[in-house]
Amino acid sequence: MVQKTEDFGQDLTTLNLGPTHPATHGIFQNILQMDGEKIVSGVPTIGYIHRAFEKIAERRPFYQITPLTDRMNYCSSPINNMGWHMTVEKLLGIEVPKRAQYMRVIMMELARIADHLICNGILGVDTGAFSGFLYLFEEREKIYEIYEEVCGSRLTTNMGRVGGMERDFSEVAILKLRKWMKEFPAVMKEFQNLFDRNRIFMDRTINVGPISAERALNYGFTGPNLRAAGVDYDVRVMNPYSSYEDFEFEIPVGTNGDTYDRYLIRNEEIWQSYRIIEQALAKLPDGPYHANAPHYYLPPKTEVYRNMEALIYHFKIIMGEIEAPVGEVYHSVEGGNGELGFYLVSDGGRTPYRLHFRRPCYIYYQAYPEMVVGSTLSDAIITLSSMNVIAGELDA
Amino acid sequence: MIQLNTSPAAQQKAADYVKAHAAISNEQLLARLQELFGADTFSDVEEPYGMLTATVSRERIHEIIDVLHGEEQLQLNFLTTMCGMHWPDKVGQELGVVYQLHSLVNNIRLRLKIFFPIQDPVVPTLTDVYATANWMEREAYDFYGIIFTGHPNLIRILNVEDMDYHPMRKEYPLEDGTREDKTDLFFGR
Repeated sequence: MVQKTEDFGQDLTTLNLGPTHPATHGIFQNILQMDGEKIVSGVPTIGYIHRAFEKIAERRPFYQITPLTDRMNYCSSPINNMGWHMTVEKLLGIEVPKRAQYMRVIMMELARIADHLICNGILGVDTGAFSGFLYLFEEREKIYEIYEEVCGSRLTTNMGRVGGMERDFSEVAILKLRKWMKEFPAVMKEFQNLFDRNRIFMDRTINVGPISAERALNYGFTGPNLRAAGVDYDVRVMNPYSSYEDFEFEIPVGTNGDTYDRYLIRNEEIWQSYRIIEQALAKLPDGPYHANAPHYYLPPKTEVYRNMEALIYHFKIIMGEIEAPVGEVYHSVEGGNGELGFYLVSDGGRTPYRLHFRRPCYIYYQAYPEMVVGSTLSDAIITLSSMNVIAGELDA
Repeated sequence: MIQLNTSPAAQQKAADYVKAHAAISNEQLLARLQELFGADTFSDVEEPYGMLTATVSRERIHEIIDVLHGEEQLQLNFLTTMCGMHWPDKVGQELGVVYQLHSLVNNIRLRLKIFFPIQDPVVPTLTDVYATANWMEREAYDFYGIIFTGHPNLIRILNVEDMDYHPMRKEYPLEDGTREDKTDLFFGR
């Protein structure tokens, strides 16, 4: 992969970008061969925070795998949680009530917005514009407050349960959500006004790190990165889960597959997610917020303290005494970065026999050298941040 | 007590769902596959939770995926994921690789599996068909020691390079959390 100096007749510089560099947004290394300011070739090295999630999962009952999924794409952990729970529900054949499905949709779309906010905010920082990041980070903070109200934690949410949600939305959660919904558009519009037609930003991002639709498909791109290249593939539309078919939204599609398109796609997706949340809030059905599946649904803590049955089930579930049926199941959700898939093989035990995560970052990060060869180092930084590679998901 | 849905019903539900959303049914897909590659190529054909799953031989896997990549009718030209697996009890077929293909046009998925003995873990690479197979194969090599012939850079990817074993194999079990002989007085277990 690394080209030899003789090929160019002049000295090349080997530059280690990373493993820990403020501009790489995570712990991964790129060994770049530079001809002056120009990148001639690159070799990405990953695995610095590999925690063997797939192996650990083979020893854990299903609930104890949820915290592992939290720590993959930690910018949008609710999506990972729900994706995992839906996989288990598919295996067990649990029907989730409509209200819980809508609640999940709301939380997943909030998570997607938070994920995209971070990505675009930091893209601004990498082009030298710090203020946009400050605008958006405050919004992310508010979203985290909503998480906190819904499930009690902010980053590693561990939200939801197999069969529904852990608890119903409280009044405060709904209030906070509505307040945020009211305030967010103005901030987002201001951010877009700052960047969308900004001459410097456009010069820095247009035609930077482009990838064609064909190459993107060959590389297994999904999510905003694929859509920026012009392919309208979205798991929410192609294989709707959790009642996504009930909502109206569009799939934004780019043309060039460059950094600017990826930026625009994420902005547009934020608006579409906002639309979905609006609809879901308006149509939020009444009814139970979890399935009646005592064998698998972890009973609420208040029940556990009062009710013998609940205590017994709580104990059985936590100790992993409940066995799953034999089977293999693949379920995928549209994560913040693309199709997040769970391939679960169960041999009838209390833990998965084999669990493979299809992590979108892992799959498309290998295209990075191809996207940056020929560009300058500063372009490489921007390309990396616009791809939204999350180290936790990359290494798992 | 509420009667829980049993697994066959869940499978049926998922299968119905797949049928309702795909442009090509699993039967048509299977028929076309058998037409292209011969009926005896595919064994253990099943549809767990609606996804067509078949086992093929490792000698033919490269050819099949290569043909499917360019095939007009099915358009199975997206490699969703691929991973290794280890079944120590299946003598002569201990190791396996699972490929999942997806047609973005017809919205149909296909899962292909190959199995081979652990003493001879050699599989042809797919990197000449899919660029994305590169790291997936390196991961399978890293975790299971599956050797992909023709791979341009078959080295460990997530683990350290000086490891001399393949950690996802079942002969390296994780410590059992319920063990009592390792009780830690101060930190509990």
